[in-house]
Amino acid sequence: MATLEIHDLHVSVEAEGGPREILRGVDLTVKQGETHAIMGPNGSGKSTLAYSLAGHPKYTVTGGTVTLDGEDVLEMSVDERARAGVFLAMQYPVEVPGVSVSNFLRTSATAVRGEAPKLRTWVKEVKEAMERLSIDPSFAERNVNEGFSGGEKKRHEILQLELLRPSIAILDETDSGLDVDALRIVSEGVNRVRETGEVGTLLITHYTRILRYIKPDHVHVFANGRIAESGGAELADKLENEGYEAYVKGGASE
Amino acid sequence: MAEPQNSPKDLRQAPVQGGLPSALGSTTSGAIAVAAESTTATRMSAPPSFDVADFPVPHGREEEWRFTPLERLKGLHDGSAAAGGADLKIDILAPDEVTHELVDRSDPRVGKAGKSVDRVAAAAFSAFEKASVITVPKEAVLADPIRIAVHGQGGTTFAHQVIEVGAFAEAVVVIDHTGDAVLAANVEYHLGDGAKLTVVSVQDWDDTAVHAGQHTALVGRDATFKSVVVTFGGDLVRLNPRVQYQGPGGEAELYGLYFTDNGQHQEHRLFVDHEAPNCRSNVAYKGALQGQDAHAVWIGDVLIRAAATGTDTYELNRNLVLTDGARVDSVPNLEIETGEIVGAGHASATGRFEDEQLFYLMARGIPAEEARRLVVRGFFAELVQQIGLPDVEERLIAKIEAELEASVA
Repeated sequence: MATLEIHDLHVSVEAEGGPREILRGVDLTVKQGETHAIMGPNGSGKSTLAYSLAGHPKYTVTGGTVTLDGEDVLEMSVDERARAGVFLAMQYPVEVPGVSVSNFLRTSATAVRGEAPKLRTWVKEVKEAMERLSIDPSFAERNVNEGFSGGEKKRHEILQLELLRPSIAILDETDSGLDVDALRIVSEGVNRVRETGEVGTLLITHYTRILRYIKPDHVHVFANGRIAESGGAELADKLENEGYEAYVKGGASE
Repeated sequence: MAEPQNSPKDLRQAPVQGGLPSALGSTTSGAIAVAAESTTATRMSAPPSFDVADFPVPHGREEEWRFTPLERLKGLHDGSAAAGGADLKIDILAPDEVTHELVDRSDPRVGKAGKSVDRVAAAAFSAFEKASVITVPKEAVLADPIRIAVHGQGGTTFAHQVIEVGAFAEAVVVIDHTGDAVLAANVEYHLGDGAKLTVVSVQDWDDTAVHAGQHTALVGRDATFKSVVVTFGGDLVRLNPRVQYQGPGGEAELYGLYFTDNGQHQEHRLFVDHEAPNCRSNVAYKGALQGQDAHAVWIGDVLIRAAATGTDTYELNRNLVLTDGARVDSVPNLEIETGEIVGAGHASATGRFEDEQLFYLMARGIPAEEARRLVVRGFFAELVQQIGLPDVEERLIAKIEAELEASVA
């Protein structure tokens, strides 16, 4: 069973006047089949955690460890992490001009699966996955994320999640900017993947709204670069009613 | 230049779309002038002429020279270049029905497609010894392409090539430039009524070569001209692909690919002159740039004259900047003297292959080098497919891969 273990993770970014520490000792274990919601106010470091786990070069790990089934994730390059089973659904997916969605998906699936998927079954697999996410077939011939609406970008991210079948899925504010219909479609996609029991999900969100569709096993409140409180689904209800005020007050502002 | 003849009401009906500049390490300055005083003609420093003496020596401020590093033209622009040194090696491979002659400049076919539009083209016209004329007889449909291999051996050459395709004939011509040379050469394509000509001109020079020239197509009534200009090599390449229509119903598709490396200057200056009604033109040029002082220039001028009612035209230039230090200047211009057209538009954009794109692709398991290849191949794919000659397509893809390898090294 795949397990992602984050221990005492410290991460900095380059800023004016030298490096600035954003993550200040994160401890978290995500097992295959589990869903962890990470909630927190703006600037608490939630997205930094997501991008650090994926290996974005902007972030420098200054301390701590991240392992996936005992393998040192921090030693891996970005593409190696993806091939090892870490998937990051991005808050702001990047436009890649000149690369069609179909070419991108196939190249990516080939890299992650270690061999090119058989063409006939692949075409069917992509077509069905797109249908489930209400993605128009014409998307396959469009350039990756180019001219996509906010909702289209997010559905495209979840399409990749369904096709790449990672062991650890990190969803960085996948709910932001979605209307209710799009939120439902995206959440259903995430739930289909969760129901396989083969993915550990790290659901990063500012709002409790998405938790009505995706029920977490664990909820963590993120503040000031670390987990301030952990609990079950009931913690989300508390945040819904009381907000983050109790966690930001007195903390170092960022 | 014809006076504007249309009322504003007519002009508003013309479906005109503007360009969308987006830039990074680049300039894009598009213009659409509607029924205005023509700028295409007035911005030239001299009217077209076959005589080099009619053009002042350019100094670099002139509109048609402002992007070109004159000091690297090896004297082609100021009269100091003289023919000499090792000859160009030219091999022509053509099907039996095709004829090839060497003729004097007094031959009526020479210069038929139009006068020279800049001093270097006029210098070439004034200095060549014999013009080469290749003729495809009328109604001949060639089974195989005509292949013209031009290999530079270090010398300086002025040349003139005419390719005449008779009425209703169909031909494909591949002109392949390799080696090292200083070459000023004009090429004319004469398409008879209903003729179909596809030309692929590959500039795969050594990185020391200098190549300038005017490529003019004279498109007959209902004729179809397709050109694919591929520029990879050279220290300086400056081409003026031009299209003139001789009658209604003509079509021109002008495609271009360039891959501009360290220190290279590659300039393509297109002009489509819509003077006949119901003609169509479609221009799509794409370039990738990498390395310090790589400089690509694309000028796309389209003029729709008052008589050219029913015109349908679109021009597009896309650039992909792969590294810092490269520069793109992209200038689409559209001049419209009649509102009675089907459509007219242009678009120009320059984008960067950025760290964020690389991260996104890598975050999906794709290794860095493959990600770069994916982007560049995807960028060029639709144009490579236009060539329609498998051997040339394969060579281009291999060349693109090699250029990318060089950038990684």
